[in-house]
Amino acid sequence: MSFTEEQITRYSRHILLPEVGGKGQKKIAQAKVFVVGAGGLGSPVALYLAAAGIGTLGLIDGDVVDRSNLQRQVLHHTPDVGRSKVQSAKEKIFLLNPDVNVETYEDRFTASNAMDYIAPYDVVIDGVDTFPAKFLINDACYFAGKPLVHGGILRFEGRVFSIVPGQSACYRCVFPEPPPPGLVPSCQEAGIIGVVAGIIGTIQATEALKLILGIGDPLTDRILDFDARKTAFREIRVKRNPRCPLCGDHPDITELFEHEQEACQLQAPGALGIS
Amino acid sequence: MQITINGKPEEVQAGTVMDVLKQKDIDPHMVAVELNTQIVERDQLATTNVQDGDKVEFLFYMGGGA
Repeated sequence: MSFTEEQITRYSRHILLPEVGGKGQKKIAQAKVFVVGAGGLGSPVALYLAAAGIGTLGLIDGDVVDRSNLQRQVLHHTPDVGRSKVQSAKEKIFLLNPDVNVETYEDRFTASNAMDYIAPYDVVIDGVDTFPAKFLINDACYFAGKPLVHGGILRFEGRVFSIVPGQSACYRCVFPEPPPPGLVPSCQEAGIIGVVAGIIGTIQATEALKLILGIGDPLTDRILDFDARKTAFREIRVKRNPRCPLCGDHPDITELFEHEQEACQLQAPGALGIS
Repeated sequence: MQITINGKPEEVQAGTVMDVLKQKDIDPHMVAVELNTQIVERDQLATTNVQDGDKVEFLFYMGGGA
């Protein structure tokens, strides 16, 4: 493939970087990234990867835009309330960079469709907001051998962690299973300062680009926690856990399944009086 | 004895990881615990001793994203 004059101008600040150059920009243009969730984390991830000139961006989300999303889900604008998130996302990405091929899936990511969805992609991004979905993404990426950039946010805090299956620690090496239902609140219940989604999502996008380009030190075997109240990062070194139920020496998990949804998240919207 | 918890030196009573969690009023189901860069399995929290100078990291679950 070769770039047009317009594309060379568009990506010139990348191409100037010795670590990227024309060769790296081609890698970006040929890369396929799958983003699970077009919300708080998915928004900055999708926007920055689109701006960077990613070849194909796959977006899966079965939700419609809610007014309470607009405080942080920067892919969606006020007129999008009530519209499909992936459709809203596709339009914004096209306006930002028509070079990007956007594949949208208005669907829930489940144990039965996960492997098919991620199969064509090079890197997977976790932008979901429930523990069952986070564990499902981790497991699916392990079975498919796909690099995963995990992200999590809550209140004023966030976390990023990259996983290269078979080479580095996975999510279950650290957290073997979800917390007991109801113990750890979701953003919907506990709140989230919107900007933290932006900070964590842009770090996830950075890690995806590094994995695609093969540059720098990936955020593998290190968990990066951020606290916006202190504007402080904490890095926790982790390693593959031989007792990991997924990627350990004697794994219990040999096929995809979904943990039960936390009971508190099955309540109807508004049941908590804050949605 | 003095140990480092999440990067900060703290004075705790000698005992197991579970004892330290109790002193810090942390529900063991809420965290993953790393002792000197090794994950301590939940079933070993009550049998793993913490020594003076140890480095302990508590990693709380963070499940949001949307």
